[in-house]
Amino acid sequence: MFSFHSIQQYHKELINSTTTCVAAVDFFLARIETSKHLNAYTEVYAAAAKERALALDAAFTNTGQLSGPLHGVVIALKDVICYKDHTVTAASKILKGFTATYNATAVERLLKAGAIIIGNCNCDEFAMGSSNENSCYGKTLNALDNDRVPGGSSGGSAVAVQAGLCMASLGSDTGGSVRQPADFCGIIGFKPTYGRISRYGLIAYGSSFDQIGIFGTQIKDIALILEVIAGQDDYDATVATEPVPAYSTLTASNKPLKIGFFEEALNHPGLDPVIHKGITAYFTDLKAMGHTVEPVNFGLLDYIVPAYYVLTTAEASSNLSRYDGVKYGYRDNTPGVELTDFYKNTRSAGFGREVKKRILLGTFVLSAGYFDAYFTQAQKVRNLLFEKTKLIFKDFDILILPTVPSTAFKFGEKTDDPIAMYLADIYTVYANLTGIPAISLPLFRHDNGMPYGLQAMANHFSELSLLQLSQQLLKQ
Amino acid sequence: MSNYDKYEAVIGLEVHAQLLTQSKLFCGDSAAFGAAPNTHISEITLAYPGTLPKLNKEAATLAIRLGLACNCRIERKNYFARKNYFYPDLPKGYQVSQHTTPICVGGHVGIQTATGERNIILNRIHIEEDAGKSIHDADENYTCVDYNRAGVPLVEIVTEPDMHNADEAYAYITELRKLVRYLDVCDGNMEEGSLRCDANVSIRLKGEKNLGIKVEVKNLNSIRNVKKAIEYEIKRMIDIVESGGTIIQQTRSFDAATDTTFAMRDKEEANDYRYFADPDLPPFIITEAEINSIRNAMPALPNALKEKYKTQYGLTEYDASVITDDKETITYYEAIIKECNHYKAAANWLLGPVKSYCNDKGITAAAFPLSAKALASLIQLVEDGQCSFSVASSRLLQAMLETGKTDALAVATTLNLLQNSDGDAIAAWVDEVINNMPDKVAEYRKGKKGLIGLFMGEVKKISKGKADPKMTTQLLTEKLNEKN
Repeated sequence: MFSFHSIQQYHKELINSTTTCVAAVDFFLARIETSKHLNAYTEVYAAAAKERALALDAAFTNTGQLSGPLHGVVIALKDVICYKDHTVTAASKILKGFTATYNATAVERLLKAGAIIIGNCNCDEFAMGSSNENSCYGKTLNALDNDRVPGGSSGGSAVAVQAGLCMASLGSDTGGSVRQPADFCGIIGFKPTYGRISRYGLIAYGSSFDQIGIFGTQIKDIALILEVIAGQDDYDATVATEPVPAYSTLTASNKPLKIGFFEEALNHPGLDPVIHKGITAYFTDLKAMGHTVEPVNFGLLDYIVPAYYVLTTAEASSNLSRYDGVKYGYRDNTPGVELTDFYKNTRSAGFGREVKKRILLGTFVLSAGYFDAYFTQAQKVRNLLFEKTKLIFKDFDILILPTVPSTAFKFGEKTDDPIAMYLADIYTVYANLTGIPAISLPLFRHDNGMPYGLQAMANHFSELSLLQLSQQLLKQ
Repeated sequence: MSNYDKYEAVIGLEVHAQLLTQSKLFCGDSAAFGAAPNTHISEITLAYPGTLPKLNKEAATLAIRLGLACNCRIERKNYFARKNYFYPDLPKGYQVSQHTTPICVGGHVGIQTATGERNIILNRIHIEEDAGKSIHDADENYTCVDYNRAGVPLVEIVTEPDMHNADEAYAYITELRKLVRYLDVCDGNMEEGSLRCDANVSIRLKGEKNLGIKVEVKNLNSIRNVKKAIEYEIKRMIDIVESGGTIIQQTRSFDAATDTTFAMRDKEEANDYRYFADPDLPPFIITEAEINSIRNAMPALPNALKEKYKTQYGLTEYDASVITDDKETITYYEAIIKECNHYKAAANWLLGPVKSYCNDKGITAAAFPLSAKALASLIQLVEDGQCSFSVASSRLLQAMLETGKTDALAVATTLNLLQNSDGDAIAAWVDEVINNMPDKVAEYRKGKKGLIGLFMGEVKKISKGKADPKMTTQLLTEKLNEKN
């Protein structure tokens, strides 16, 4: 009977011939079948995954060698990442039935490293949402409590790992869309530095915020996947040129670190008192490991959610203009309509409510007469945050915060209160506004039985120290 | 004073020039014109989900080259902005443009009209991507779109409202087209649309400082049409004002069949393009070193060459301007004078026999079959007095073109076309002429000195052009005077 613990363990078993890639794929396919009610996947590539597993097994039999660092690793993709000849729709009616004609750079690298893509995961439409309730495929359920949301927007990718429906998965994180569902599902969710992983082939939401993130159950697995997919890319002008360290071999470290936290964030009235208590109590554990934990005077907390929503919706309103029914995707076929009506009909019917709301918001903040009051102001906030962040990381190695102010909420609980939904992003959007790497670690369990995480952040391109600390904390 | 003379026109031109890059502005698709519809269209051109732009730096290089030639200030930190609007030929739903921060600021283009030389002041030159092409008449029920052009790099060259009549606009666009072609920035083809011009025209009473209501005229696909449209528009506007009417802000189109303009839309539609910096394209920095290397790789500009030809080489204004009118003639001329330093003679050859040969054959100077070196050897032969210009330009040049031989001296020798500077032979021809024309000789000796030309011509005729003219003149004068 197949069981998955870590990629390293799996590879050992493959080398010892105690398991095969086919066995792994069969195992996950069976689990996916019995977990259909979770609605984690929008599409499962059963036949293709098995075929690839067979080929990988044959290659191993012939050469006695694993074909790459991710040989046979079964990975799921969020429905915003292009995989050639496979459907990609951003969980939107406007792209229903659309087939990717090329591989995202991250996917290209996964495949080259020997990974098996098993399917496409549900998410909030165009990655906009925190509950996975805004999907044209319907909601994804939290496997721990089916009445609760898995988080979003990468809810399907989180549940696919949470419920053991793949070894690891890719999501995208524009304002917490990897870390928040990881927190709600009790797994690891990692967002690297902006530009660490090429965005080519990632359907854009907020271009200067979007970053592919990784879900897993082991830090080493995440480090290995990051190592494979990160780095320079000719197709993305914003990708970083910094060299990619061998993250997977360097995760063990017990180096004492200077850890800071935003006191005002912990004292925020929106924070669940149990989470507050859990996180502050954990400071003692951190100190016991030899780290220092000190408050950081931040002072900008109230500005980050508004700045985030002004800037991301502005970018989104422009990024989503290409979905106009002319070149691909859903189109209104009412005969004889004028061009403007064709656009209106297509986009009104093709986009869901949340997406339309954000397009309208973004259009508004970019409009003549409002631009300076909103967009320019928000950019100023973003610049202040950059400067502040530079100063913080002069004094500290790591910043810690809760990932989310509450545990996974119930379906429908926040749909009528969008402001509350947006405010819940208060701890995650900071890392996207400044581009720093951040991770959510499943360290705690709430009185209500649901998990919650500790969020750790590091300076730009300091993924390694973040992964090293994470490894240490998860081992305790 | 006629009513028309009371007014002054104010004209600004916006010229879009397609840059001569191999590939598009933000992806590797070919930027070539004329391919079958929708064959240069990758996912990036079609704005498929997940695609991103990557700047083709060659476009920036070409824009800088043009900017340097127009004396613009080159912006060191450059951004691209998104201009958001919906149209089927705009795949992304926004055009990537430098609208807010042009790569080249200010500058000017020198023009020459009947009233003299002056500089037309530029506002800016900026880079942007072209849209696709909507074809409305290919299908009865649908508009067809060809996306080959979508993403092709353009520069938009915008003047200040600095021209005052159609002739200036004509001269400006002529000069600009010459410049972009000379610099290999754009092929300058207005019919294919690789150079497109919109004119902003307004009128005001002479002496008035404020600008009048402007009209934008589009669809000017030849230099002639630019002139005709502006002429028509100025007259139309003056007629409106003179008849008590009011000019309204409009976008108009030119109808080349009637040389008139017609309204496309009244007033500028209240478009809010929601410009903002494109987050997919980080700012690109241009260094001093890059600018210098672009400057150093630039050929001398036609105007500078013209000045040099006039002042250093002693060419006439006319010759200098005809030679510098196109790049190929300049190139050929420069190549000739590298081989021989007879600047004026080279110009005469180029604008005389070479030009007429090219005109006959319908070819450009670049296609002239004789190499600059071969032509230079011919010029040298004439300048050395070994062959007369008339023989060289008719028979010798002809022979070289026919045989493909490149050594003028060798060809002339073979064909016995070398001039005779042997005193005895010339003296014999001179004697023969004098003996054959006693009446004329007598007239000459009575004082009709102008007849020397006739005798010269006769010597030339009987010597078949081989008699060295200098020596002939000398001998003729001696003999005619000696028997007096």
